[in-house]
Amino acid sequence: MSDLINLTIDGKPVQAAPGTLVINAAKQVGIEIPSFCYYDGLPSVAACRMCLVDVEKTPKLQVACTLPVAEGMVVRTETPTVREARKGTIEFLLTNHPLDCPVCDKGGECELQDMTFRYGAGESRFVEQKLHVDEQQWSPVVFFDAPRCILCYRCVRVCDDGMGVNALGVINRGAHAEIAPNHFDHLECDECGMCIDICPVGALTSGMYRYKTRPWEMHHVGTICTHCSNGCKTTLGIRNNEIIRGNNRDHSGINGEFLCIKGRYAFDFVHSPERLQSPLLRKNGSLEPVSWAEALTAVAAKFKEVRARNGKFAVIGSNHTTNEENYYLQKFAREALGTANIDHHHTGDVATLLDAVSGKTGALATTADLYHRKAILVVSSDLSQQHPFLSFQIRANVRHHEAHVYTVTPGPVREQKQAVRSIITVPGQELADVESLRDQLKTEPELVIVFGDAIKGDAVHQLVAFGDSLGIPVKYVCLVDYSNSRGAADMGLSPQLGPGYRPVGATGLAYDEILAAADLDVLWVVGANPLKRASLAATGAFVVVNEMFLTETAQRADVVFPAASAYEKNGTVTNVCGEVQRLKAGLQVMGTKPDLEIVGLIAKEMGINIGIWSSDKVFDEIRAGVHGYNIPLPIVATGGAAQTTPVNGHVPPGSRPDLIQSSRDTLFTSGSLGRYSKTLSSVLEAPGALYSGIRP
Amino acid sequence: MLYNEPSPLEVKIVTKRFGLPNSASLDTYLATEGFKAFRKAMEMSPEQIIEEVKVSALRGRGGAGFPAGLKWSFVPRTSPKPKYVIINADESEPGTCKDRLLMENDPHQLLEGILIAGRAIGAHKGYIYIRGEYRYLIEVMDRAIAEAYSRGYLGKNIQGTGFDFDIYTHSGAGAYECGEETALLDSIEGKRGIPRMKPPFPAVVGAWQSPTLINNVETLSSVPAIIRDGGAAFAALGPPKNGGTRMICLSGHINKPGVYELPVGFNLLRMIYEVGGGMRNGKKLKAVVPGGSSCPLLKAEECDISMDFDSLAKVKSMLGSGGTVILDEDTCMVRFALRIMKFYAHESCGWCIPCREGTTWLKKMLQRINDGGGQKSDISLLGELSNNMLGRTFCALGDAAAMPTISIVEKWPEDFEAHMNGRSCPYAHAAEPVLA
Repeated sequence: MSDLINLTIDGKPVQAAPGTLVINAAKQVGIEIPSFCYYDGLPSVAACRMCLVDVEKTPKLQVACTLPVAEGMVVRTETPTVREARKGTIEFLLTNHPLDCPVCDKGGECELQDMTFRYGAGESRFVEQKLHVDEQQWSPVVFFDAPRCILCYRCVRVCDDGMGVNALGVINRGAHAEIAPNHFDHLECDECGMCIDICPVGALTSGMYRYKTRPWEMHHVGTICTHCSNGCKTTLGIRNNEIIRGNNRDHSGINGEFLCIKGRYAFDFVHSPERLQSPLLRKNGSLEPVSWAEALTAVAAKFKEVRARNGKFAVIGSNHTTNEENYYLQKFAREALGTANIDHHHTGDVATLLDAVSGKTGALATTADLYHRKAILVVSSDLSQQHPFLSFQIRANVRHHEAHVYTVTPGPVREQKQAVRSIITVPGQELADVESLRDQLKTEPELVIVFGDAIKGDAVHQLVAFGDSLGIPVKYVCLVDYSNSRGAADMGLSPQLGPGYRPVGATGLAYDEILAAADLDVLWVVGANPLKRASLAATGAFVVVNEMFLTETAQRADVVFPAASAYEKNGTVTNVCGEVQRLKAGLQVMGTKPDLEIVGLIAKEMGINIGIWSSDKVFDEIRAGVHGYNIPLPIVATGGAAQTTPVNGHVPPGSRPDLIQSSRDTLFTSGSLGRYSKTLSSVLEAPGALYSGIRP
Repeated sequence: MLYNEPSPLEVKIVTKRFGLPNSASLDTYLATEGFKAFRKAMEMSPEQIIEEVKVSALRGRGGAGFPAGLKWSFVPRTSPKPKYVIINADESEPGTCKDRLLMENDPHQLLEGILIAGRAIGAHKGYIYIRGEYRYLIEVMDRAIAEAYSRGYLGKNIQGTGFDFDIYTHSGAGAYECGEETALLDSIEGKRGIPRMKPPFPAVVGAWQSPTLINNVETLSSVPAIIRDGGAAFAALGPPKNGGTRMICLSGHINKPGVYELPVGFNLLRMIYEVGGGMRNGKKLKAVVPGGSSCPLLKAEECDISMDFDSLAKVKSMLGSGGTVILDEDTCMVRFALRIMKFYAHESCGWCIPCREGTTWLKKMLQRINDGGGQKSDISLLGELSNNMLGRTFCALGDAAAMPTISIVEKWPEDFEAHMNGRSCPYAHAAEPVLA
């Protein structure tokens, strides 16, 4: 490592790579240089002047956030001049700041408070009148209180560079300069709230959280967002069994600082007044609230009766329930009910991809690969709408590593802005258009191919064959829709494939076939809403539904069990890249039970033993028996993400490509769940209207 | 038109056509050695041109006084990117009003200077960034540019030399900050005018990410004379390392305010009493702003000084942009400081904290002192706050606000003390201080 640069910071010798900024070099040896505007990963703006340091042989104090290290440089961060400068800067900052800390949302976790505490003066010398601007509401999600703003431009930069949305700017001059939204008095944007979380003070606050609590009154639970398949960690702030906010302030998890509107605000379905809190049993034609005991007895009795006469069962599982619940459900279906009629809504052809890359090592990309790999090819997906974190990773990759992005999509997508080449394709033409990129892709050192549901069945094999023929290392991501879509497939919620894509004896009915089978005796739907789009042919079937809400499917049920949401249970989920992460229960909603427990209680009521229904025990069973899931426990247990290994061997065909269909959710929809989120339904933007300036 | 009678003490280099009939026309220009320098420059190599400018000891006339030849030599001529010459005509420094006269009375001299600079750095496009308030000058320059095009002094193959050059005018929108060269670049690119991080310097990464030479109007207007008559002759006009003449904008409490072209290094007292006709109404001299409102002020006893960059630096002031404001004994320095600070608080772009908050705080405090609400402790606080801005802001605007304030508080504390504790301004009978 002879190319490292040697310098001294506060007398400590430091070695840093060329180009390292002094502010980061100091961090390496545990010296914090205070700053407001500097933010890792975003361009430096040197606006706050808080990070001024003394550098030997320079007449003026230097800005540590823009100053690269140099050989022999001698930096001092704690001289009287430096301390005086920081004190002066804080004093300037507080002149027009309202100092309304007692009522400010940020009070207690505010960087301006902390900096003033550490570096500021004890008293104010400012006796003039402060400037005042009234607070503004920019969207259901974003509020702006200009007097609190210290103009660090983090929000502007994260919106421009991080999100690629460019919705924030600066208006006016001097002390009247303020941040402004892109549409006069309101925002039209992703409503991701990145600007709010990145704000070091209480200038940008969220409609969900503002004036609701003091930060220290909450306890924080890090869990995984239950909406899309990206598997972002969200930290729930909970007070009195109520989720007050979601964010990722500690930047842990695969998503670091990133969260979209769903991870940050769409937890609110949990507290929807429409939430089911008691089992419902159909009596005299209408669903009546009953006790858990009564409902369980009714279901167990029916199941036993139908089982005894070899009746026809079918089970539809969920894209949102945990791996443990999915595993336990299919085990119950196959062993206790003796049926192979089990399926879920497939949103991407994971099984075929696993078959196609069988025998290859390192062919499945992680979310981190999208940030690190030199080239990315996006086929038939609007990532910024459906996979916002993957989209964020790619943008950061371009920004930090100058990655090359290629897109082959049916319409304009945000990635086009950064793409070296973009092709607008038509359904059926995707592979031909990908083929036309061959010469260019061959020149890349490596590639990640991300593909949507347009590539399924044979097309997946062809795409992988194309990747193989490029002669460079290629990794793949098969996009799926929901938080545990991947886990549902992995855990064997399929009529022909058991856990770990193991072939099972007899092939049962697939999703559409279940709904079309007129002779069903029992249909059990766990956390899904198939009757939203289709009707049930078996009009006489006994329908059991585990649900949080009285959905179209629940309304048809004979028994409805009120289910706990992902935020109310423990377990694991597997994201779009096959990364297993841990759910942590944050709260309990009275009257509900996790699906794992519901299945267990039914088994118990039926007098069947399929194992203990604790998530830890079931996860042990999964790790021991499900191919790919023998992952290091400490990683998952401590809140990390462990990628499952691919199936090493042929995955038998039989998946029904024709039934694979993405729901095409947008940033502001989330299947049936999204309907019960007040936030998601309150934002007014038409998603996709953000692409002005992109030429199709 | 001209606004004042010329002085016999002037040395007419860049103003030599001022006062001629139709001085702004190409015919007049051609009849008075116009484009002679351009033809000569076309026979010189770029290196020779830059060398000649270096020999001339021409220093930037925008205020900072950076050696022009050196600046030209920083532009990487071998870069595959296009290069640009940008003319800073955003003349906004209070007290300064020279570039307008140069553009109004002799626009072709500026155009010729631009062509020579373009030849020297390998540029083929020039943009004249004119402050928005100078709307009529945009028309003057546009007329001159159109005339030059129609007669083959701009465009393709200028005068058969094979050299192509296009010049455009670009209007500012009224921000002082856009006179800062990198803020000007952002502005010309259509962005909010805020300064850029340096390095990279504009010579390497300037307009549209390309190598860019930015010079003041007076700087480039001096170039034809330098090439035509030789750098050495130009350098000989001033003291060492301070070549040529300066357009001095004399204003304030003197009998003959106006813009005078004087050799660099002209004595300030002679400027006041011989060129400027002495103090108005026979009053005593109190203070001088040597080169625009950003410069620390001089006390009367400091005024026997050579007006060159280095001499003024020795007394901790600056030659600046030639806006010399003379203040007499009736001037209230509190009001003067307030007037200056109002300007800077209004013009601070708001990008960095010390400038944005410091100028506004100082303005409010000076207003309060001026209104009789001052306390003894305010005097030292003025100095401390100014020093907290000094050297810590993103660009020089914060320094420009801090430096004169520091000098005023240091040199005239008695004026502040006289306002304390509710007492009314001792100069209340005098007229409002003048500042162009």
